[in-house]
Amino acid sequence: MIKARVTVTLKNGVLDPQGKAIEGALSSLGFDGVGHVRQGKVFDLELQTADKAKAEAELKDMCEKLLANTVIENYTIALA
Amino acid sequence: MKSAVVQLPGLNRDRDMIAALTKIGGKAPVTVWQTETEIPADVDLIVIPGGFSYGDYLRCGAIAARMPVMQAIKAKAEAGVKVLGVCNGFQILLEAGMLPGALMRNASLKFVCKEIRLEVTNAETDFTRAYEKGQILRCPVAHHDGNFFADAETAARIEGNGQVVFRYAEGTNPNGSLNDIAGVINERGNVLGMMPHPENLIEAAHGGSDGRGLFASALDVIAA
Repeated sequence: MIKARVTVTLKNGVLDPQGKAIEGALSSLGFDGVGHVRQGKVFDLELQTADKAKAEAELKDMCEKLLANTVIENYTIALA
Repeated sequence: MKSAVVQLPGLNRDRDMIAALTKIGGKAPVTVWQTETEIPADVDLIVIPGGFSYGDYLRCGAIAARMPVMQAIKAKAEAGVKVLGVCNGFQILLEAGMLPGALMRNASLKFVCKEIRLEVTNAETDFTRAYEKGQILRCPVAHHDGNFFADAETAARIEGNGQVVFRYAEGTNPNGSLNDIAGVINERGNVLGMMPHPENLIEAAHGGSDGRGLFASALDVIAA
């Protein structure tokens, strides 16, 4: 079995209202010096295969088809 | 003119949509379930109503867009059948890649449920010919993720092609949408998505009937 982590983040230039709100909340908690905050998503997946190349190809396909909306989001794939 | 309303788990505006299509078109639409792989051959208008399909999990409309029925709807759209997506229906059409852009969380981060003013920016579509260009309609909105976004190149293209069909009239943009965009049509002109709910303003009991024209246009019953 292969464990993988997929991270999905908003593309540069896409407004992130939730990140902005978190930025404001951090500042109101007294955390000074926090620059931009961008929010994203993390998916932890277990794949029933030992073939890393195959796993990576499949994960890429999953990202393109479902996990990320590539109009607004980027993704990265990391195998454990 | 025969219409169909798509039903998916979590959609909740299907009854309002069925009522609007029945009252304005004179006959009830057929209903199509998520697992169906074919749309009846004589259907001329497919409507995806609003709601919270699949709990809005992952992204609004993301899971619905990958259900079998969407392949059937795509095939019909490619054959020229009219498709209308309202609210969650708009989000689903975007996630399915049938319209350009994306809908993000409202800039206020709050769910908005109120009446806005809607400007008809293209009255030459199959969905808007009952209106005049520049006409301002009253229309309710109710959503959490209606903040339209497209990259600069896409935005310029859809603006240039007249694909922006509805805009929030000045001062009433409820969600931070780019260029006040409230409704977008595909290049071919047979797939329209919009955040506001015209089905909820079609008769006196709703307090107005500004939404009627959209259905009268799409159902081709303008004269009636």
